[in-house]
Amino acid sequence: MKYRIRAGDIEHGGSASAKIKSELTRVGIDEFTARRAGIVSFEAEMNLIVYSDSGGTLSVRVEPDAVVVEARDKGPGIEDIDLAMTPGYSTAPEWATDLGFGAGMGLANIKKNSDGFEIESRIGEGTTIRCRLDRRENPRIDHQGGS
Amino acid sequence: MKLTEIVGQLSLDLFTPISDPGAAVTGGYSGDLLSHVLSSALPGNLWITIQHHANVVAVAQVTGLSAVLIVDGKRPNDGVREQARSSGVTLLGSTESAFEVAGRVRELLAAQR
Repeated sequence: MKYRIRAGDIEHGGSASAKIKSELTRVGIDEFTARRAGIVSFEAEMNLIVYSDSGGTLSVRVEPDAVVVEARDKGPGIEDIDLAMTPGYSTAPEWATDLGFGAGMGLANIKKNSDGFEIESRIGEGTTIRCRLDRRENPRIDHQGGS
Repeated sequence: MKLTEIVGQLSLDLFTPISDPGAAVTGGYSGDLLSHVLSSALPGNLWITIQHHANVVAVAQVTGLSAVLIVDGKRPNDGVREQARSSGVTLLGSTESAFEVAGRVRELLAAQR
C-alpha cells in the first residue's frame, strides 16, 4: 500500500492511516498490530501534512513476521533529530495546534508503537522514517482498561 | 456498559447513528490533543473532547474508540458527520463541559463495576 500525502491537506489528514488500518485488518493482520500501524501511520501522515515542503509518501508493507511503515519526504529536513524526538517539543504552527495537533508527541508516539525505528534526515534533502512492527497479539490490550 | 445506555442516561445528542448498538464502553479518555489520545486511549474507550473536525474521525478509527463525545455544545459540520457515518464512527454531543461530562460518564461506569 502506498499513499501520496499532500502538504497542508489537513482536511484529509488521517484518512490514509484509517485506510491502512482497515486494509491490514481485512488481510488478516491481528488487531493489535493493525492498530499500532494505524497510530504510527497517523502520526507520520500528519507530519507530512504539517511540516513537509511538498508532501511525501506513506507506504506499508506486510512481511511474514512484521508490518513495515515508511514515510518519506523531500524536505525541509530536521535540524536536530534528538530534539524533535523529545516529547513535548514542537514547531507546529498555530493553525495546527488549534486543531489539537503539535503536542510534540508525534515522533515519540511513532517510536513507542514500533519494535524497530529508524529516522534519517538531511536539511534540504528530506526525511525518511522506517518503522517495523512485529506481528503479535498484545495481552495487555484486552478491552478492560480505562484511562 | 453499553454505549446506548450511556447515551440514554446522559441524554446525549446523536450527530451520527450509533454504529454498533451492542458496543461496550471500556472506559474513557478526555483531552483535546490528538497525539495524547492516540498514545493513551484504549480500544473501546469513549473520547470526550471539544475537537469536532474531520481528523477526529480518523483518530477514532485508528484508535478503535467506541465513540467520540463532543462537549461544550460544539457541533461537527455536515461533512464531518457524513465522514464519520460512512466510516462507522459514532459522534455524540453534549452542551456540558468536558469536566462535567467526564464526571458523569465515570460515575456510570463505576456503578457497573
